[in-house]
Amino acid sequence: MEEEFLLEALRWMMKSRLYDQKVIALQRQGLFGVYSPGIGQEACIIGSAMAVDPVRDWMVPQYRELMATVHHGLPLEVITAQYLGKIGPARIPEGVKVLPTQVSIAAQLPQATGLAWGLRLRRQDSAVITYVGDGGSSEGDFHEGLNLAGVTRAPIVFFLSNNQWAISTSRKVQTATRNFALRAAGYGFEGVEVDGNDVMAVYDVTCEAVERARSGGGPSLIAAETYRMSFHNTTDNPSRYQDQKDYDEARSRDPIERVQKYLAGLGLWDAKREAQWTEEIREENERAMKMATEAPAPRPEDVFANVYEEPPPRVIRQRADLVDGQGG
Amino acid sequence: MAERNIVEAINSALAEEMEADPRVMVLGLDVGKLGGVFRTTSGLVDRFGAERVVDTPLAEAGIVGASLGLALAGMVPVAEIQFLGFTAQGFHQIGPQLAKYRQRSRGRYHCQVTIRAPFGGGIRSPEFHSDGVEAQFVQSPGIKIVMPSNPYDAKGLLIEAIRDPDPVLFCEPDRLYRGRRSVVPDGAYTLPFGKAQLVREGEQVTLVAWSAAVDLCLRAADALVADGISAAVLDLRTLVPLDVETLCAQVAKTRRCVVVHEAPLSAGFGAEISATLMEEVFYDLDAPVARVAAFDVPFPPASLEDYYLPSLDRVVAAVRRTMEA
Repeated sequence: MEEEFLLEALRWMMKSRLYDQKVIALQRQGLFGVYSPGIGQEACIIGSAMAVDPVRDWMVPQYRELMATVHHGLPLEVITAQYLGKIGPARIPEGVKVLPTQVSIAAQLPQATGLAWGLRLRRQDSAVITYVGDGGSSEGDFHEGLNLAGVTRAPIVFFLSNNQWAISTSRKVQTATRNFALRAAGYGFEGVEVDGNDVMAVYDVTCEAVERARSGGGPSLIAAETYRMSFHNTTDNPSRYQDQKDYDEARSRDPIERVQKYLAGLGLWDAKREAQWTEEIREENERAMKMATEAPAPRPEDVFANVYEEPPPRVIRQRADLVDGQGG
Repeated sequence: MAERNIVEAINSALAEEMEADPRVMVLGLDVGKLGGVFRTTSGLVDRFGAERVVDTPLAEAGIVGASLGLALAGMVPVAEIQFLGFTAQGFHQIGPQLAKYRQRSRGRYHCQVTIRAPFGGGIRSPEFHSDGVEAQFVQSPGIKIVMPSNPYDAKGLLIEAIRDPDPVLFCEPDRLYRGRRSVVPDGAYTLPFGKAQLVREGEQVTLVAWSAAVDLCLRAADALVADGISAAVLDLRTLVPLDVETLCAQVAKTRRCVVVHEAPLSAGFGAEISATLMEEVFYDLDAPVARVAAFDVPFPPASLEDYYLPSLDRVVAAVRRTMEA
């Protein structure tokens, strides 16, 4: 069972890493938008996603958990199309219980609380998992979202990936608390600390938290200790602020290599298998990339798409002006 | 037919919609047993229970953000922000989040959320309580902005807001809450957004206003009769969508226009009205469009608010100047 889980988790973690590497390369060639990779945090991304059920539970991402949303049912080509600026092809399909990525830090937290609260009011047997980082925990929305979740006993799991960095701001100056999980006590619910580079540990604590949420036990805050083994996003340059020693130390705790070593010890992993998986995953990722790239580009009038169910007359006129080439 | 003031009209609208649709819920500060600081939600918790009439923690961003999530779960939240000025502490969940969510999700999600907020001066409120910041939200496309001026409109427009699949900011003129009653039918009825209402006929000049300023304009129009000036009053009712058609047709007819609002002058919504009239009916005008507004200073202590807000005298004087131009 454990081996089976680890092989499945490894496959997804490798998919996440290989996708990130591919996208970074494309971005450097001007073929992809600004992107925040999850490199180094794959155990958090995949371990947590594997603990929720895509059929019944909802996922409210921030922006560094792309492969978690894919695990939760969002087709890779759809989320890829979003980064390529597509409109229709980037729409989350009906039935996929994922909300859009959120770049306004921590804004998703009160929203996720409302969603979880509402699902309970609608008598649905679902939990919500939402993501935030160490930097996001300083936002007012973190407090307002978690406090309201505590009061309403909303069925929600707040997954905090402490990757030690908010762009260039170290976790050391982000907060004086020694452990992010302690914050949960202030909101009257469970806080759990976990080694965020141990995919099995992440999976276990998240399963417990999801079960707590579903069974009326209220929200949980999971504080996963990990390390951002790349940059904040493709515009960032960590060499200006990051100590090489810290990075090297984190590299030695790489969550993917950790699983590979363990499985190798059981005779379930070797260089041949790694090469084979790498090739298969690259092909999958390429396929999604190709679909997203070839999906129709937006038309100019898509500027006006999806703003109102019934646009005001003035907006309709502006759209007509754009289409007529009068430029408004 | 029942006569109601604005507080009662709003209460009636909320009760009608909660009765008709079990997804409709009310949340905000003190909306439960207290019935809201202005009593607009009075009695709702007894009738519909604490699960649907919810006293929330004191957190504006939390109230709005949670309303967005509640809507995605299939509820129809009507959130009360205790005073419009307090939206500053939740603005990022309104403009950047609620208003943009349909677009950000490429149309997968929409937010059927109504935010109610009392506002305006004239009731000697403490600071921050009176701020008329409606124009700030006009720069956040995606949210509709509704500014009723009387009980009948308040009920019809609020029901329309609750049923609108897109988010609506519904600003209530607290000065008029317990003012003149008017006939407000029992039962649900709606008034469409984007339809301005000519609340007083007049031949020589059109006063354009919304919310509490409509009442001021009506009084000004009465006062101007003594000068032999026949002033029409146009109540915009909603700023987004804006009824450009009626506005332009009406002003073209009287050929003169004075816009009155209680928010500061510069970049107030009056500037939008004036600019629109320049673009659309410039050659039908006999005089420049005038604006009467609050001054370009922060809302002062209540002891000075009568000097800060547009007064009857300032409106009447502006109309006289416009007639002489």
